[in-house]
Amino acid sequence: MWEKKYLCVMNFSSKLLEQAVAEFGRLPGVGQKTALRLVLHLLSQPEAEVSRFTEALDRLKREIRYCTTCHNVSDTAVCEICASHKRDGALICVVEDTRDVMAIENTDQYHGVYHVLGGLISPMDGVGPSDLQIDSLVKRVEAGGVREVIVALSATMEGDTTIFYLYKKLKDFGVQISTIARGISFGGELEYVDEVTLGRSIATRVPYERSIA
Amino acid sequence: MWLKQLAVLNFKNYTEVTLHFAPEVNAFTGANGAGKTNLLDAIHYLSLCKSFFNPIDSQQIRRDADWFMVQGEFDKDGQADTVACSLKRNQKKQFKKNKKAYSRLADHIGQFPLVMVSPSDSAIVTDGSEERRRFVDNVISQTDLAYLDGLIAYNKCLAQRNSLLKQAARGSKLDSSLLEVLDMQLVEFGVPIFEKRRAFMAEFIPEFDNHYRFLTDTAETVSLVYESQLMHAPFGTLLEQYLDRDRLLERTNVGIHKDDLLFTIHGDMPLKKFGSQGQQKSFLIALKLAQYSFLHRQKGFKPLLLLDDIFDKLDDHRTRKLMQMVSADDFGQIFLTDTDSMRINRIFDEINRRVRIFEINSCTARQLEKNG
Repeated sequence: MWEKKYLCVMNFSSKLLEQAVAEFGRLPGVGQKTALRLVLHLLSQPEAEVSRFTEALDRLKREIRYCTTCHNVSDTAVCEICASHKRDGALICVVEDTRDVMAIENTDQYHGVYHVLGGLISPMDGVGPSDLQIDSLVKRVEAGGVREVIVALSATMEGDTTIFYLYKKLKDFGVQISTIARGISFGGELEYVDEVTLGRSIATRVPYERSIA
Repeated sequence: MWLKQLAVLNFKNYTEVTLHFAPEVNAFTGANGAGKTNLLDAIHYLSLCKSFFNPIDSQQIRRDADWFMVQGEFDKDGQADTVACSLKRNQKKQFKKNKKAYSRLADHIGQFPLVMVSPSDSAIVTDGSEERRRFVDNVISQTDLAYLDGLIAYNKCLAQRNSLLKQAARGSKLDSSLLEVLDMQLVEFGVPIFEKRRAFMAEFIPEFDNHYRFLTDTAETVSLVYESQLMHAPFGTLLEQYLDRDRLLERTNVGIHKDDLLFTIHGDMPLKKFGSQGQQKSFLIALKLAQYSFLHRQKGFKPLLLLDDIFDKLDDHRTRKLMQMVSADDFGQIFLTDTDSMRINRIFDEINRRVRIFEINSCTARQLEKNG
């Protein structure tokens, strides 16, 4: 209520300006003032620069595709990762969205392929299994040639629900199903770790020989 | 553990007051609206970092002032600890122990425990089962840190399951695998909560019985029973049995969110309908004193006991019994409020106990007798 009261009511000298600010203001994490700053900045730029900007946005929505195999954002029908011969197609890593693919790719530790669900199961938010790429994952596994499915989802309740659900759907196909380890981050000091994480780290401890591999 | 000194500045109706307490019984007396209960609330702040009555901190600031401060000096086994809580308008609440600010208020709660007995407790008897669960949850979570986390997880999972049931009723097909997953999670979070509540009640009920019997000289028989559907069958089985009804009503009808405490009088008559106001009050006092005894045993030292408007609705006999009980060795430092300082003097004379009385008048407090 307070915020609303203080929400700046801006007096625009131009309808076009107002419209542009309103559009920017709809983006996540952008408020009225930031929107105005961005719009005024664009306005001060040469026309060619602005055209390049709008064209990029235009093409983004019109031309972007989703890989028919893993559903990651792609320029082609089958994404670069799925098409690569260097990748181990028998190892599938299941993630929530494209950002997670980028994060795992940045580790340089993973050479399998992906499957992007497009979200997590949460009936409260109106997201059921049929809204996600779960059937297509089951079909991929069913088609054979898959050795292991790694489920790399957020350590939240929705993440857990989704993992359980995937496990139920996949367990009869004879593939190994694993989840990423949860625990203490690198460089982390024990005394600052929260009780739940620390408790779980102790419960799921690993033999030392494996930890130095 | 006891509170030696309390200073309040710009708190509610007080501008500035400093009080020195006795380690036994302290009483605040004065007319309606004088600010007796506000002093109890200031003590509540020192213990639980918040008001007992009003969740909005900024409304505790005195009118026309910009900040308030409550400061107390506790004595714990001879060692002095200064606790201070201050709030400036539109700023974050500051909480300090021995001049060092806490980064998490949760770290403070439990160090100086207290039990408040207030007229507003009547909601536990008269209102829905939610109030009674809240009472039990509050007591357990004061000594079990994981309990509250489990409860929050359970409630979230329950909300997910209810959403799924609602969507299924709106025409979309019920995904039975997803329901199974959510049921599994509900059981995983719900069963430990049930076990903890059951274990707690097993300790709590005898304590309650003792207090009630002493308070009333067994004038009437009352009973307190913990009731949970999970006592009759495993949670997973119950969820299966209730599925048809759940789908029809579009919500989950079985689980620990349906737990209740049954209060009865004269055998099996509900206390809410068949107990007099005085009997209900006696019941609530016994309930709160049982909470005190439980906390005492868990912590290993005596919490503070705050009794707000305690003599209202109780007859002379019960009043005397109550004062006799709480001023005995099982209880520690006590703060109580009453409109009549003569009555307090008379009661404590009768049971031959000392009391330090503070007369509250136009926002100032004056210590009446220094025999405490």
